[in-house]
Amino acid sequence: MSSADIYREIILDYYRHPRNFGKLERFDIASRDTNPLCGDEIEMQVKLGDGMKIEDVKFTGKGCAISQAAASMLTELAKGKPLEWVRSLAKEDVFKMLGNPDLGPSRVKCALLGMKVLKTGAYGYLGAHYDDPEEPGLR
Amino acid sequence: MLESEAINVERMRADFPILTRKVHGKRLVYLDNAATTQKPQAVIDALVRFYSTYNSNVHRSVHTLGEEATAAYEDSRKKTAEFVGAKPRDLVFVRGTTEAINLVGSAWGEKKVKKGDVMVATKMEHHSNIVPWQQLARRNGASLKYVGLDPDGTLDLAGFESLLREAPRLVALTHCSNVLGTVNDVAKLCSMARKAGATTLIDGAQSVPHMPVDVGAIGPDFYAFSGHKMLGPTGIGALVARKGILEEMDPFQTGGEMIRDVFDDHSTWNDVPYKFEAGTVNIADAIGLGAAVDYLEAIGMERVRDHELRLLDYAFKELASVRGLKIYGPTETRSRAGVISFNYADVHPHDLATILDEEGIAIRSGHHCAQPLMRWLDVPATSRASFYIYNAQDDVDALKAGIVKAGGLFKV
Repeated sequence: MSSADIYREIILDYYRHPRNFGKLERFDIASRDTNPLCGDEIEMQVKLGDGMKIEDVKFTGKGCAISQAAASMLTELAKGKPLEWVRSLAKEDVFKMLGNPDLGPSRVKCALLGMKVLKTGAYGYLGAHYDDPEEPGLR
Repeated sequence: MLESEAINVERMRADFPILTRKVHGKRLVYLDNAATTQKPQAVIDALVRFYSTYNSNVHRSVHTLGEEATAAYEDSRKKTAEFVGAKPRDLVFVRGTTEAINLVGSAWGEKKVKKGDVMVATKMEHHSNIVPWQQLARRNGASLKYVGLDPDGTLDLAGFESLLREAPRLVALTHCSNVLGTVNDVAKLCSMARKAGATTLIDGAQSVPHMPVDVGAIGPDFYAFSGHKMLGPTGIGALVARKGILEEMDPFQTGGEMIRDVFDDHSTWNDVPYKFEAGTVNIADAIGLGAAVDYLEAIGMERVRDHELRLLDYAFKELASVRGLKIYGPTETRSRAGVISFNYADVHPHDLATILDEEGIAIRSGHHCAQPLMRWLDVPATSRASFYIYNAQDDVDALKAGIVKAGGLFKV
């Protein structure tokens, strides 16, 4: 796979025009994380509705096309789902949204930063703790 | 080769086995030399020779291997010291620049930096010349202040002078910025700091590998550099100290090797520099660094500098024609090192690095361990290409072509 496959039109579109970018006035969950290697940064806010459903979710952040597009796509995917769904969210779901690009280990972290932020916030709200399986010590 | 003759890059490249490898089927274009440099066969051979013919501990074993290892280790200290115009007894082998600065922060700083004291660093420091002072300031109740930069990425001299009026205990300053490439006039700045009563530490990680450095002429109290950025192995570097200052300092780490006598309730310390080399030292890599020094001496540091300046001029000319590309730091190449940090349109440096990697081109992307500088530049990250003796115009051409390709993909 070449970088032409990674940087497809749709990725660049989400990078330049991120959906659900911004802050919520009222929210139930907020979480933030950075990728210390590259300084990518994502903050996410979730507002819960009836039946613990994700009624609204927004994100802000800065970073590479992959981290920002993946986070934006993830907010679209999450909206309307029960909060419990976040537990079943897997990295493969994120890769699929991105078109299954062939990312090296360091870029995988960019792709998964949004998921990590969403999971950290949701798990915390549900009284659980999220161990990031991408951390070298836990692999 | 004559001293005036330019470096023959083709011949140079033949000395570096890694440069024959392919990355994604392409010739390796290695432009990440500010992070670490590649190793010539002579350095690799020195490591293999040590481990396969005279591996032994140093300073204590009286057998043949021990004598040979000690002689090679001390010979390497002598070479490395002389390479930067210092005396062997004033050179402590350390893991690298970071450890050298931590050593000073601990062994000098704990004793000398008191509550209310001011320490001065600059906005262009690498984290390694910030965080040890931050921690010392927290422990001892001192404060750390920063000299700002002028818009062209050079040091704000008026700001420096005004901070010197606060009679700082320490001035910690890089010789050459790993992001902007700015080369500071450290001799002048050290002299100003000394007159203000400050102790000075110069981070030489990006200067010693790339230009002639005479620590005696610069006149700092401490000067630190790393071996792996100058063709040597990782895990070895040097702290050079002004004559006499090491004697006044407490030990850094304690244990074997650094002691004179150990009693049940107290110990006395070995002479310098051994007082600061606790435990079994990094013998092999110190010897490898000696081989790297030999290699650079044979070329001549004036020629290394000249080669990089020529390449820098060429790169500035070529990259100027790429629309949307912004280079940070001084525009006058004579006052810079062979480091070019840039951003290209809205292509994030990580995306650019991924696209270039596919072309076999290795650059650095990110904050370069200089987050205060990134904030000053008001960018989250930059891309960085950095040169060394085995780089030539074909590498710059490849870089430019790769950037143009990224521009196509991102529809810049």
